[in-house]
Amino acid sequence: MTERLTAQDYPIAEKRPELARGRQGKGLDEITLDALGRGAVALEDLTITADALRRQAEIARSANRPTLAENFERAAELVDVPQDVVMAVYELLRPGRAKNAGDLVEAAAMLRETYGADRMAAFVEEAADVYERRGLFAFRF
Amino acid sequence: MRANRWRRFSDWDERPLRLDRFAAEDAENGFAAFSSPADPEPNVTVETGRIAGMDGVAEADFDMIDRFIARYHLDPEIAPEAMAMPSPEIARMLVDMTVPREALVRLAHGMTPAKLAEAVAELNALEIAFAYSKMRARKTPGNQAHVTNAKDDPLQLAADAAIAVALGFDEIETTMRVSRNAWSNAVACCVGAAVGRAGTLFQCSSEEAEELQIGMAGFSSYAETVSVYGTEKSFVDGDDTPWSKAFLAAAYASRGIKMRCTSGAGAELLMGFHERKSLLYLEARCLCLQRAMGVQGTQNGGIDGAPLTATVPGGMRELMAENLIAVWLDLECASGNDARPTESEIRVGAKIMPYLIAGSDLICSGFGSILKYDNSFNPSLLNGEEIEDYLVLQRDFEADGGLTPIAEEDALDLRVRAIDAISAVFEELGLAAPTDEMKGSVAAASGSADTESFTPREVVAISEAIRARGITVVDVIRALDARGFRQEAENLLQLVKLRISGDYLQTSAIVRDGRVISAINDPNDYLGPGTGYRVDEARRAEIAAIRDVLTRETVIDQEEEYARKAAAGLRLKTMGPAGRGEDPREVTVGVSPAFGRKLFRTLGGLALSDVLSEIVAGIAEGGGTARLVRMGHTADTSFLGLSAARLSGSGVGIGLQAKGTAVIHHADRLPHNNLELFSNAPVTRLEHYRQLGVNAARHAAGEIPDPVVVPTRGEAMGARYHARAALIHAVETSLVSDGAAPEDIALDPEGPSP
Repeated sequence: MTERLTAQDYPIAEKRPELARGRQGKGLDEITLDALGRGAVALEDLTITADALRRQAEIARSANRPTLAENFERAAELVDVPQDVVMAVYELLRPGRAKNAGDLVEAAAMLRETYGADRMAAFVEEAADVYERRGLFAFRF
Repeated sequence: MRANRWRRFSDWDERPLRLDRFAAEDAENGFAAFSSPADPEPNVTVETGRIAGMDGVAEADFDMIDRFIARYHLDPEIAPEAMAMPSPEIARMLVDMTVPREALVRLAHGMTPAKLAEAVAELNALEIAFAYSKMRARKTPGNQAHVTNAKDDPLQLAADAAIAVALGFDEIETTMRVSRNAWSNAVACCVGAAVGRAGTLFQCSSEEAEELQIGMAGFSSYAETVSVYGTEKSFVDGDDTPWSKAFLAAAYASRGIKMRCTSGAGAELLMGFHERKSLLYLEARCLCLQRAMGVQGTQNGGIDGAPLTATVPGGMRELMAENLIAVWLDLECASGNDARPTESEIRVGAKIMPYLIAGSDLICSGFGSILKYDNSFNPSLLNGEEIEDYLVLQRDFEADGGLTPIAEEDALDLRVRAIDAISAVFEELGLAAPTDEMKGSVAAASGSADTESFTPREVVAISEAIRARGITVVDVIRALDARGFRQEAENLLQLVKLRISGDYLQTSAIVRDGRVISAINDPNDYLGPGTGYRVDEARRAEIAAIRDVLTRETVIDQEEEYARKAAAGLRLKTMGPAGRGEDPREVTVGVSPAFGRKLFRTLGGLALSDVLSEIVAGIAEGGGTARLVRMGHTADTSFLGLSAARLSGSGVGIGLQAKGTAVIHHADRLPHNNLELFSNAPVTRLEHYRQLGVNAARHAAGEIPDPVVVPTRGEAMGARYHARAALIHAVETSLVSDGAAPEDIALDPEGPSP
C-alpha cells in the first residue's frame, strides 16, 4: 500500500470498491446471495482484513483523528490472531490476572514473534510497566 | 380551628414526581454536579515534548488514568496553547457560530479533563444545547432502540426488531433476562431487523467474550458495553484497566465490529470510589481516556448513573455538559436519555427536549421501543408506551429525532413477516417449530404479558443449540433464502458485507438507504442559520405524518353524514323578517347561520334538535316565552346573543352557535359583557341548556338567578376540540352574509328536510 487514502476515498465501498476485498480476495460484487447459496461464499469472505483497517487508519488520520487511526493500526495486527489468543491476552490485561510483569512481557513477546504484532506488543509491555507502578498485580480472586 | 396542613401538599404528595427522591448537594461525599473543592485546577507541564504533569499531578504520581490520558490523549504541541487560553474565552468560542468546529476540536486535543470541565461549566443549559448542536460530529441525527422482552421470546424479538427498523432507528440493542439466551436473542433480532429495509446496526449486549463471539458469527454489528471509569479504584473494581479496555477496542475493530465505550456521571459515585470529585470532572477523565484509547465514540450522559445524577442540583445540566465534552473531543455520542431518571412525565419531556432540538448521533442510547416491563435494561427515559408522544414532539418542533411514524396496517404486516421469517429460520435449521397459535399471539401482542409463545426452557435450548452447533449468519441468510425470504436474505447479507470495507468503523457511522454515512462523509458543518442539519421538505412530510390527523374533508364529511341522519329531527321553517318583539316575557333565541342547515350537533355530540327543545322548554319553565330567530350577519356568540337580545320584547336574548357555545345577553349591555356564557361546549349537557333557558326567562322577569355552572375537571379542551371547532366554525362563517337581516324561524316537525 503505497497510496495514502484520505477522506475523499471514503466510503471505500463506494468510492474505491476495487480496494474492498474479503479475506480470500473476493470483491464486493462477487459476494452475492446466489454465490452464498452455492457455497461459493463463506463467513471467511465476510470478515475485515488488515489492509482494510490500515486504509481506514489513513482516512481517520486525514480527518485529524490520530488516536482512532492508532486503534485501527493496533487492530490490523490482531486480524490474524486467533480468537482464543485474543481473549487470553485480554484476560491477562485485566487487574490481578497476571501475577507479575513477566506474564505480560511474555504475552507481548508472543504477539510480536508469532503474529508480528509490534504495536500491540509494545502496548502490552507498557501495561506491564504501569501495572507494576500501580500495584495491579495484587491478588483479586 | 387551625388546620395542620395546607391540603395542596397532600395533592402534591400524590403526584408521580414525589416518587423521585432528591439528594442534598454534598461534594465531600460525591454529590456535586459541576464542581467540588477536591477538583484540581487545570494545568499541564510539558517537558521535551512529553506531558510531565497534568491537573496538579506530577508524572511520577500519575495513576493509570492520568498516565493513559497524558500519553495518548494530550498533544504536547497543542497543550501549552490550549491550556493558556482563559476558559471563559473558550466557552464563548463554543457558542460562537462563526468559530468552526474543527478549530475547537483541535484545541481539545491539548486540553486536560479539568480544563474541558471548567470550560463547559461556563455555559448555561441553553448554551450547552446550542454548542452540542454545533459540535456533534455527524450532521444527520439518529437514534437507537432497545429491543428486549421479559421472556426472551425470539418471535417477539423479531417482530419488535422489525417495528424498530420501520420506526427508523439506526441501531437496535438487545440483552437477555437469562444470559444463556444471548445467541437466540441475537439471531431473532438480526432476522427481525432485516425485515423492511437493510442497514440497521445491531448489538447484543452480553458478557464480553460472548459478545465478541456473537459479533464474529456475524449476527451483531456493533458493541457499546465497553465501560470506562474516572477513578483508578472504580476502574479496577469494574475489573479492567485502560490498557485492557483499549486492547478490547482493538479486538472489536479487528473483527470488523463498530464499537463505542460507555461512561457516564454517577458511575464512580455508585461504586463508592469518587475521590470527592465532581461528577463532571470524573466524566471528563472518562472521555479523554476514550479518545486516548482510539474508540470512535461513546455512550455517555449518565447511563446507569443518570437517575443518581438527576437527584443533585444541576444534575440534568451536567448530563448535557458531559455529552458536550464527548462531541468536543470528536467522539460519536450516543447521548444517554436511556435509564429512566424520573417518574415525572414533565421531567421526562424536559430531559429529551434539548437533544431533540439539537440533534445527536444517537439521541437515545436506548429508546425503549418495547413496553417498560419488557425492557431488560430497565425502563428507558422513553419507552414503547411513549413513542407517539415523541413522534408528536418531532412534529411540534419540526425537529428530526430520528423516528418516522408507522401506519397501523403496515405495523401488523411487518410483525407477521418478521415472525414468519424467524420461524422459517428456526425450522430450516432444525431449532424449533413455532405453532400458528404462538405466532398469532405474538403478532398482535403489545408486550410479552399478552403472548403464548416459547417457554423459558425452550428458549434456552434454542440458544444453546445455536452456540453449540456454531451456526453463523451465513447459515441464517441461506435459511431465509431457502424459505422464500429473499429480500430479508439480501438485506442481511448487505449489512454483513459492510464489514469488508470497514467503512462503518469510522466516527459516527450509521447506514442510511444502504449507504454508510459518518463524520467523514456527512460532517457537521454548522456555521449558523441555513447551515448544518436542516429538516428538508421530504423529511418534514414524514415527520408531520402522524396518525389520525383531522383534515377539513374528514370533519366536513362526518358532519354531512350526521346531517343526513339528523336533519329529519330538526326541521326549521322560515317565517319572515324578524322585528322587535312586544311581549315583556319574551326571550329570543338567536341561532347561527349554519344551525340546522349544515350543522346538526354540538361539539359535545348533542343533537341540536334536543338542545333547542331543552332551551325552549327551560324558557317556558322560567315563565318566559321563546322566540327563535336565525341570524345571517354573524356567527359570533356575543353578537348572536346581543342581536337576539335587541329583538327581544324583554331585552333578554340567547345566542346559540351550532357547535353548542351559548350566551345569555341583554340589549343594554356591551357586546362582550354578557349575563351568562357557556364557553365549554364539549362538556355542556342538555340539563345545562335547559337551565340556561330557565335563567334567561328569570333575567327577563327582572330576577337575578344563580348562574349555571358547567363543571369541568380541567380537561385540555383546546387540545381535544380546537382543531375540530375551527373547521366546523368555518362552515358557519362561510354562510355569514354582511348585513343579512334576522329571520323568524319556527320548529316545524312536519316540514320538508332542509
